[in-house]
Amino acid sequence: MATKASAYLSMVERAQGSHAGEPAWLRDLRGSALAEFRRAGFPTTRHEDWRFTNVAPIGDTPFVEPPPAEVSPDEVARVLVPGVAGPVLVFVDGRFAGKLSTPAPPSGGVTLRPLADALLERPAVLEAHLGRYATVADRPFAALNTASFEDGAIVEVADAAVVEGAIQVVFLSTVTPAPAVSHPRVLVLLGRHSQARVVETFAGLGPTRGLTNAVSEFVLDEGAWLDHVRLQREPGSAFHVGRAQFHVGRAARVSSTALALGGLIARLDTVAVLAGEGADATLNGLYLADGVRLVDNHTDIDHAVPHGTSRQLYKGILDGRARGVFNGRVRVRPDAQKTDARQTNKTLLLSDDAQVNTKPQLEIFADDVKCTHGATVGQLSAEALFYLRARGIGEQDARAMLVRAFAADVTGRIGLDPLRADIDRRLASMLPGGRVAEVVA
Amino acid sequence: MLEIRNLHARVGDKEILKGIDLRVDAGEVHAVMGPNGSGKSTLAGVLAGRPEYVVTEGSVVYRGRNLLDLQPEERAREGIFLAFQYPVEIPGVNNLYFLKAALNAVRAHRGEPELDAIEFTALVRSKMSLLGMDQELLSRPVNDGFSGGEKKRNEIFQMAVLEPALAILDETDSGLDIDALKVVAGGVNALRSPDRAAVVVTHYQRLLNYIVPDQVHVLSDGRIVRSGGRGLALELEEKGYGWLAGAEDNEPARDSRLEARA
Repeated sequence: MATKASAYLSMVERAQGSHAGEPAWLRDLRGSALAEFRRAGFPTTRHEDWRFTNVAPIGDTPFVEPPPAEVSPDEVARVLVPGVAGPVLVFVDGRFAGKLSTPAPPSGGVTLRPLADALLERPAVLEAHLGRYATVADRPFAALNTASFEDGAIVEVADAAVVEGAIQVVFLSTVTPAPAVSHPRVLVLLGRHSQARVVETFAGLGPTRGLTNAVSEFVLDEGAWLDHVRLQREPGSAFHVGRAQFHVGRAARVSSTALALGGLIARLDTVAVLAGEGADATLNGLYLADGVRLVDNHTDIDHAVPHGTSRQLYKGILDGRARGVFNGRVRVRPDAQKTDARQTNKTLLLSDDAQVNTKPQLEIFADDVKCTHGATVGQLSAEALFYLRARGIGEQDARAMLVRAFAADVTGRIGLDPLRADIDRRLASMLPGGRVAEVVA
Repeated sequence: MLEIRNLHARVGDKEILKGIDLRVDAGEVHAVMGPNGSGKSTLAGVLAGRPEYVVTEGSVVYRGRNLLDLQPEERAREGIFLAFQYPVEIPGVNNLYFLKAALNAVRAHRGEPELDAIEFTALVRSKMSLLGMDQELLSRPVNDGFSGGEKKRNEIFQMAVLEPALAILDETDSGLDIDALKVVAGGVNALRSPDRAAVVVTHYQRLLNYIVPDQVHVLSDGRIVRSGGRGLALELEEKGYGWLAGAEDNEPARDSRLEARA
């Protein structure tokens, strides 16, 4: 066991007391997770999955449990996507904030419950699904989350329900006297042929220095449709480790866009298991980093059965001395004939000192499949830059225009119009030379 | 309007322009002809401020200012327009958004108010019909997936919207069929006025049937070797560039593909 984990272990062990009232299966789940974390400790760069991402700064920080915090509805409103109907679940430092949340209308086919309520009202459903997809073996941060999560959101979409607008789940971190750790947990269950959009937002209210260690599991039953956006825009001083786990059933379809915009160290594992025939997963991502920040995206698509389709487009913009990592694993199991998988990773380096490590990892054990991958690393096109300048557009504006165009390739695919507009607006102010774009025609 | 004196320029270690002298007055159209590799495109690029071209000697005065001191965007705002030989594809940047940004940058420089969306749309509509531009092309990213002819047409469309004082066309006619050639010529002719000028760089005489130049200059090995009236272009068409030092043997000054079509 890595000694660095010991401070965490004692924190988790203290928390076991508050878990005493939980059902036996959950205590077992937590117990196994704790044992796994105790065994593995924090990963080092000798671990293949963490080769380029040194999490020693996380292990070295003596994080504390966050003290209770007051957050105003105004602060929540600023984080929400404007103009989107639908229920809102708000968590503050990992704790459910009922007063700041907006419940789902009773007739809408969607039920939102904080973990404590779900344990009382939906014990069998929870037992069947919670932690069954984001398993903990060799996933130390998922193990830490499972052992520790204090609260979570459980979302159920009824069979054939079509959810209006989007379900927003908002995780806010507050500035605490000492760096704090939270372990947000989400479980979303989509019934047969249901349709929903889910937006997960991770944001800090000020220059937080804590660790957000999030795990979200999405389970799509037959024919379900999920449009998912994960907007991680924590401050550049924060640590973020996340896992988005999709279990995609027969003829079900998930489209997910992961926007990794913040964090000093930000690591996201996005996993899709295509578990039913004809399942379809699109995983897109945009990552931005500057200064000395590190952003790491690991994707893993598991084609477990035949006739699965997967598409991945990950694009990154790195400036300063920032580092990016993209590792795209695609597994095609021996039975998974007629799989159609494509993966593209493109990174734009805006400075000489920025760097990216990109690696496709294709493990194909079926013979009748189409699998392609491609990766490019480059700089802004000098020809395009000159063309814009030769029309009177100033150099900074021209650069900004080209950088935004690069990002828009990903954000333009977001289906929810107000969200796409909101993200483009936020990006315009974040990207170098940022000036808000007004698109004609 | 434009006075070029003893202009020398190189790309990397290679000297391309070896002492160009050229004076273009307001109201005039000058044709610059010459064989491949004579420096025509380099001259156009130097005037527009292409960064990889280094001026080693000489001067360029444009409307009383030292042009070589200006950044490419400043030159554009001062009224210089280069129609690119190879217009650049820019995926993700909407054509009209780009053109509006360009026009408003030029207008702001002149102290004029920016056009709002409605005014801009009206302007675009009027220029579109003038050039037979397709609305669908304009709503796409800049030149993205355009055919060669569509790209050239888009250059002339941009020129029509920006209304430059000095238009420089860098082999805009190359590879165009006769209909597209007429569109290009029509765009240039529509801008002809006593206070504007144009420099038309071309390999072939053909375009000059539609844009009648006031003067024709022949460039060879980085120097202007002959200047004259329109008759010089016709003479070149007759004789080819073979008589020039540095030209490939009997390189024609006529586009046989066009001759066959016409």
